[in-house]
Amino acid sequence: MPRRTDLKSVLVIGSGPIVIGQAAEFDYSGTQACRVLKSEGLRVALVNSNPATIMTDPEIADATYVEPITPDTVEKVIAKERPDALLPTLGGQTALNTAVALHESGVLERYGVELIGAKVDAIQAGENRERFKKIVADIGAESARSVICHSMDDCLAAAGTLGYPMVVRPSFTMGGAGSGMAYDEADLRRIAGAGLAASPTSEVLLEESILGWKEFELELMRDRADNVVVVCSIENLDPMGVHTGDSITVAPAMTLTDREYQRMRDVAIDVIRAVGVDTGGCNIQFAIDPATGRMIVIEMNPRVSRSSALASKATGFPIAKIAAKLAVGYTLDEIRNDITQETPASFEPSLDYVVVKAPRFAFEKFPAADKTLTTHMKSVGEAMAIGRSFPEALQKALRSLEKAGSSFSWAPGPEALSGDERAARKAELIESARRPHDGRLRAVQQAMRLGATVEELYEATRIDPWFLDQIAALDEVAAPLAEDQLDPEALREAKRHGFSDEQIAEIRGTSAEVVRELRQALGIRPVYLTVDTCAAEFEARTPYLYSTYDEETEVPVGDKPKVIILGSGPNRIGQGIEFDYSCVHASFTLAEAGYETVMVNCNPETVSTDYDTSGRLYFEPLTLEDVLEVVHAEQETGEVAGVIVQLGGQTPLGLAQKLKDAGVPIVGTSPESIHLAEERGAFGQVLARADLPAPKHGTATSYEEAAAIAAEIGYPVLVRPSYVLGGRGMEIVYDDETLRDYIERAGGGQWNPEHPVLVDRFLDEAIEIDVDALYDGEELYLGGVMEHIEEAGIHSGDSACALPPITLGREDIDRIRTSTEALAREIGVRGLMNVQYALSAGVLYVLEANPRASRTVPFVSKATAVPLAKAAARVMMGESIARLRAEGVLPATGDGGHLPLDAPISVKEAVLPFDRFRTPEGVGVDTILGPEMRSTGEVMGIDTVFGTAYAKSQISVYGALPTKGRAFVSVANRDKRAMIFPVKRLADLGFEILATEGTAEVLRRNGVRAKIVRKHSAGPGPDGEPTIVRRILDGEVDVIVNTPFGSPGQSGPRLDGYEIRTAAVLRGVPCLTTVQALSAAVQGIEATAAGVIGVRSLQEHAQHLWGGEEDS
Amino acid sequence: MNRATKPALLVLEDGRTFHGTAYGAEGEAFGEIVFNTGMTGYQETLTDPSYHRQIVTMTAPHIGNTGVNDEDPESGRVQVAGYVVREPSRVVSNWRARRSLDDELRDYGVVGIAINGTRALTRHLRDKGAMRAGVSTTETDPQALLERVLDSPDMIGADLARVVSTPEPYVVRPEGEVRHRVAAIDLGIKAMTPRRMAERGCEVHVLPATVTAEEILALEPDGVFYSNGPGDPAACGYAVESMRGVLDGGTPVFGICLGNQMLGRALGLGTYKLRFGHRGVNQPVQDRANGRVHITSHNHGFAVEAPLDGPFDTPFGRAEVSHVDLNDGVVEGLRLLDRPAFSVQYHPEAAPGPHDATGLFDRFCDLMDRS
Repeated sequence: MPRRTDLKSVLVIGSGPIVIGQAAEFDYSGTQACRVLKSEGLRVALVNSNPATIMTDPEIADATYVEPITPDTVEKVIAKERPDALLPTLGGQTALNTAVALHESGVLERYGVELIGAKVDAIQAGENRERFKKIVADIGAESARSVICHSMDDCLAAAGTLGYPMVVRPSFTMGGAGSGMAYDEADLRRIAGAGLAASPTSEVLLEESILGWKEFELELMRDRADNVVVVCSIENLDPMGVHTGDSITVAPAMTLTDREYQRMRDVAIDVIRAVGVDTGGCNIQFAIDPATGRMIVIEMNPRVSRSSALASKATGFPIAKIAAKLAVGYTLDEIRNDITQETPASFEPSLDYVVVKAPRFAFEKFPAADKTLTTHMKSVGEAMAIGRSFPEALQKALRSLEKAGSSFSWAPGPEALSGDERAARKAELIESARRPHDGRLRAVQQAMRLGATVEELYEATRIDPWFLDQIAALDEVAAPLAEDQLDPEALREAKRHGFSDEQIAEIRGTSAEVVRELRQALGIRPVYLTVDTCAAEFEARTPYLYSTYDEETEVPVGDKPKVIILGSGPNRIGQGIEFDYSCVHASFTLAEAGYETVMVNCNPETVSTDYDTSGRLYFEPLTLEDVLEVVHAEQETGEVAGVIVQLGGQTPLGLAQKLKDAGVPIVGTSPESIHLAEERGAFGQVLARADLPAPKHGTATSYEEAAAIAAEIGYPVLVRPSYVLGGRGMEIVYDDETLRDYIERAGGGQWNPEHPVLVDRFLDEAIEIDVDALYDGEELYLGGVMEHIEEAGIHSGDSACALPPITLGREDIDRIRTSTEALAREIGVRGLMNVQYALSAGVLYVLEANPRASRTVPFVSKATAVPLAKAAARVMMGESIARLRAEGVLPATGDGGHLPLDAPISVKEAVLPFDRFRTPEGVGVDTILGPEMRSTGEVMGIDTVFGTAYAKSQISVYGALPTKGRAFVSVANRDKRAMIFPVKRLADLGFEILATEGTAEVLRRNGVRAKIVRKHSAGPGPDGEPTIVRRILDGEVDVIVNTPFGSPGQSGPRLDGYEIRTAAVLRGVPCLTTVQALSAAVQGIEATAAGVIGVRSLQEHAQHLWGGEEDS
Repeated sequence: MNRATKPALLVLEDGRTFHGTAYGAEGEAFGEIVFNTGMTGYQETLTDPSYHRQIVTMTAPHIGNTGVNDEDPESGRVQVAGYVVREPSRVVSNWRARRSLDDELRDYGVVGIAINGTRALTRHLRDKGAMRAGVSTTETDPQALLERVLDSPDMIGADLARVVSTPEPYVVRPEGEVRHRVAAIDLGIKAMTPRRMAERGCEVHVLPATVTAEEILALEPDGVFYSNGPGDPAACGYAVESMRGVLDGGTPVFGICLGNQMLGRALGLGTYKLRFGHRGVNQPVQDRANGRVHITSHNHGFAVEAPLDGPFDTPFGRAEVSHVDLNDGVVEGLRLLDRPAFSVQYHPEAAPGPHDATGLFDRFCDLMDRS
C-alpha cells in the first residue's frame, strides 16, 4: 500500500519544554517525523514551545509555530494552517493529551482534521486503565490485581482487599508523576491524595505489589496491513519498583528463554491489535515473577516514547521515522532499512552486542530531596553505551555519566580492613543496596569486593543473579591488575570487560596516562564495530559505530577531510539539549561545506546520536581515553582536519587542553584561550587589558582568606567553586557565619590553589544581560542581547529573559558590542562566545565570559532568524564572518544587536522540576530560585510586544495566566516599593488581592484594597480562619507573588515562604518570586485579558525581520 | 575457573583461525560452520536435528544465561557438531532451569569454543560463504587442524536426513479427540512440529525418512507431512520418491524446510546451496497471496529454485511460489494449484522464534478437512 494521496498537509505537535519524564527524545522523534513527512512532499506545520530543539528549526517544517502547546493555541494554528491531518504520537504525553482535547472539543471535526498515527479510541484504550485491563484480560493475559479509585474513601476500601504494600498510580500524568508505593495507611493517604489532585481525571489506580519482579519492555510497530514487528526487547536491571526511566536498562533482554520471550511477544502483538494502534509504534511493559514465571502486563504507551528512542539507538531501527511513514499510509515492507539499504523495515533487529542505558540524576541540585528511587521518575538524563558484552557496556555506560562515583571502583583500601571491619562495612553496603537509590549498583559492587555473595545481594536487591554474577566477574578480572608486574593478558581481559585506563590506574596507584601508554605500547586498542540491525548478516551502509576490544575494526576509509564533533553527553541540569542543538548544526553545515562529519556522543535521547545526522556516528563515552581512541581510529583511515570541542558544553571543553596535549588538532578557540576565560586570575588580566570592569572579587582557599575578601568588597558576596557549569555550588552569602558554613560544606571543604573558591561582590538590583556573539579574529557578530527579567543573582539558566532587551537603549547595546568585541579579541575567540554582564548604576560589569556555545544559542537563533551555530562551525573551520554574510548564512548587514524597531519580542522562560521532588518526610522541596541552576528546560514566547510574548511563555509553562480571581502577595521589605504599581494594576484588572499583614499595610496605604490573610506560621484563626497555605491547597488562589526573605534554615518568614511556594507547586499555581517577574506577568495578564493573542510562524517572523533574504 | 582458561582452536577450511577457550566437551569436532542470529532459543537451536554436522556460531554474545530445562529441547539430544559463542554464562538464572549449558554440552560430547571474534567470523562467513571447519581443544597447531578440516566431508551431497531420522515409527497423540491422522516423514523432525499438529487434533504417525509411498498410504492418513532436516536435499532421493507417490494419490501434503525442498524436487524444481543460508528468528517472509509479512524462524542452507513471475507447470499440475523472503528474494514457499499440497522453507512451528506463521498448521488441517 503506497502513501496516501489524500493527505497534503500535516500538523505535528511537539512535546514542549524538557521536563523530567519528557525530554530530548521527543526532539529526536519529532525531527525525524517532520523530515520524513516533508520529504514525502507534504506540507508540515509544527507546534512546539521549546526553542532548544532541532525540530523547531525553520528548515525542518514548512510552518514552525513556537507557541504554547495548549488546545486553544493549537486550534488557532489549525484555523490558520487548515491541515488535512494531525500527527500526535511523536510529541509525548503532551501532544497526545492535546490531541485528545481537540478531539473532545470538536475542533478536529470542525476543521476536518484527521488524527493519524493513533485514533482517539486507541489512545484511550491504551491509557484508560480500566479499559486496558479489560483488553489484557480479553486476550487471555494477566494484569496486576487492582482497583480504580476516584476518592480517598475508595482508596481506603481497596486497601482492605489488596493489602499493603501497594502501588498508587494517578491516571494521565506523564513520567508517572504522582506515583508511589504505599506501605501503610499514612502513605496511602498522602500519595493517593496528591495523585487524585494531579490526575486530570481525578483518578488513581491502586494495585497489588509486584515489587522485586523482573521488568521488561517491548517496542512494537504495526502498519495498516496489520504487519507487526517487535523492534527491541529491553530488560530492566533494577527490578519492579523503580521507574523504567530511573532504571539501568539492558537491550536485548538477557534472562529470558525463547519460550518466555515469545509468549511476551505474542501478548504484546495481541495488545497492539486489540488497542488498535494501527499505524505506528507502541511500548508495552511487562513484569515476571522470578520464582514462577507468572507474567503481568503493566502498561502500554500508544505512541513513541523515551524507550522507543532508546530502542532506535540501540538497534539502528528508526522507530519515529518509520512511525511517520506508516502514519501516511506506507506498510513496513515498503520501507527500506536505512542501514542495510537492501532489506525491508519489516523485520526484527538482531543484536550482536549489548546495550546498557544508565540514568543521570541531579540530586545535588536538590539537597533536600529524597534520593530513593520509586515509580515516580527523578532522573534528568541518561547515557547509553554499547559493548560486546554486558560488563563492557555497563562499565562504558557508567563512565558515560561523567559523574564522580558512578563508575565501579577497585581503589585500594578494603585489604587493610580487619575481619570485623570488613563484615560491618559489607553489611552496611548490603543494607544500602536494599533501598533503590542513585548509588545502588556501586554499593553492590563494593559489597562484592568485601565478600558479599550473589545470593546475599539478590536477597537484598532482587537484581537478577545473572546480572549480579556479571558484576562479580568484574571483581575477578580486577584482582590480577593489582599485582606488581602487570600481566598483559590481565590488562587485555580488563579492557575486554570495559575497565577504563582510569579505573586500572586507580587500582595500580598510577595515572591514566601511564596505563594508556603501556596499553598502547602493548597494542591493546579498541576496534570499532557497526550497529547494523542484523548481527552482520548483511553489509551495513550506514557507519554507526561503537568501540570494543574485539577482533577486527570496521571503520570505513574515506577521502574527505574529517571534522570530529564532540557532543555533550547525558542531559543534566545546566547542560542539556541546547548544546546538542549546536553540535547538530555544526554537523549539518560542515557536511554541506564538504567535510566528512564525525559525531561522538553517548546520549540516546538526542538528534546528534541519530545515525542520519552525521557522516559517521560513534556512540562513545566522552572521556579523554574514549575520545583519543576515536581520533586515532579516524586518523588511521584518513585526514582529521579538526576536532570541535566548543559546542557540546563543559564536557568537551574540559577535554580540550588534554586533547591538544596529546596532539589532537582542536579547531576554533584554542584551549589556551579557553583557559584565559575560565581561570579567574588570567581572566582578570584579560579584563584589565580590555579596560572592562568586573565586580570586585577575590580567590580564596580558606575561610580566613574568603572572609578577608568579603570584608574588603562588602557583603553580600557570591561564592562558587571555579570551573563549573550551571552554577554548581554557587550561593549568595550575606554574613561571615554563612560564609564559614559554605567554605566548610561546599566542595567537600577541599579547597586548594587548583580548585579555589571564588568570592565576588554581589550586585544587588542590577540588570543582568546575556550576550551570544561570534568572532572570527577580525569581526564581531553580535548574535543577540538578552535582558534578564529576574535581577542578577538568579542563575541565567533559571531566569526569564527577553530579546531584544526590553529596557536597554541603543547606547547600552553599543557599549555591550564594544565590550564583547574587546573581550573576544583579548581572549582569542574563534567561533562562539557567551558573555554575562550586569548593568548597575550605569556601570556595565562583566560577570563572566564563556568562549563556547551557550545554552541560549538556539533561542537567539530562533528569535533573530539567524543560524548562529552553523555560522560558528564555519568560523571555527577558518571562514570569515564577511564571507558568511556574503553567502547569506549571516545577514548582509547589521546583527542581532541592531534589530529593526518592530522586530518581534522573544521571551525565554525556564521550566523547573520542583514538583518532581519530595523530602524523605514526603513534603515538597523549596522552589526558590538562586545562583545555582535548577531548571530542566525552557520555553519561548514570541510576539510583537513584550506582554503577549511573556504571556505566551507563561502559558507554555503553567498552562495559562489567570485573567481573574485571587492574587496572593507577600514580599520582602526591599521589594515593597516596587510591587505597588503592578499589584495595583492587578486590582484594577479585577483581581481580589490577598496579602500578609506587612504587605497588606503598604498596599492599603497606596489605595489597593488588600485583604489580610493568616500566615502559615500563625496557624488557623480562632474561628478556623484558614492560613494562606490552606487556601492555596484548597485551590482558592490563582496567582502567587512571594519574594523570599530571611536566611535559609531559619524559621519565621523564610519558612512561611517555603510552605507557600511548595503549596503553589502542588497545586500548579503560577508563583512569581521576583518583582520583575510580577511586572512582566501583569503585562502578560493584560494581554491575555485583552484576548489579542494570535499565532505566527517563525518563517513569517523571519520574513518580517530580514525581508525574506534569510530562509533559515 | 580453570576451564575458562583452557585454550581451544577454531580453523576454517580457508585457513582463517580463531583462538579461544574451551566450552562444553573437550576434544575435536568437524562440520560445516554456520551462524545463527537468534537472540533467544539456544536450547532449541542446539537440539534441532537440522543442525546435524554443523558447527553453529551464535551472533548473540551471551549464551547459557537461562541454563537448560527439560521442556524446551527439540529432540532427544544436542545435535550440533560444534558450538561457537562469545560469552558463555557462568551461572544459570531461570526458574525452569535444571542444569547449565556447559554441563549439557559436555554430557553430549559437544565441543565448543568461546572466541572474541564471533562477529568477525560471521562477517567472514557472510562474505565467503558457509564452509567446513574444525574446533579442537586438543590440537594447538592450526595447520594440523586445517589438514583434518580439509579431509572432512563436504555438506554438498551429504545425505543426513537418514542419519537423524527415527529408526522406528512412533505416534504423537492429539490433544482431545482425533480429528485427523497425519503421517509425518521424519527427515530430522523437531519436537514442536507434531505438538503443533496434536494441538489441532491430529494423531501424528512419525515415520522414518526412508519410508515408501506405499507404506505411508497404507496408514490411510488424512494428510502427509514432510519435516525439516539436515544435509543436501539433492541427496534425499528416497523422500522425493515417496513424495511423488503421495502426490499421485491426492492426499494433502504439507512440508516444512527440507520438506519444502522435497516438494520442490518432486515437482521437478532444482535446489541449490545458499552462500551462507538463513539461520535466525527475524526473517521477513511475505505471503504473496495477501501481501502479509510474517517474522519467521529459519534454518536452511539450501533453497528451491522456482519461477517467481507466476504459476508454472509441473507433473502434478500448476504450481506457484507462495512465499518469498523479503531480505533476499529466496523462495520460501510452494503451493500446488490443482492438488492439495503446499510447503514452506521456514519454520511455522517456531521453537525458537516467533509464532507469526502457526496459522499454516490450520491451513494444513483445512486442507485435510476439505479432502
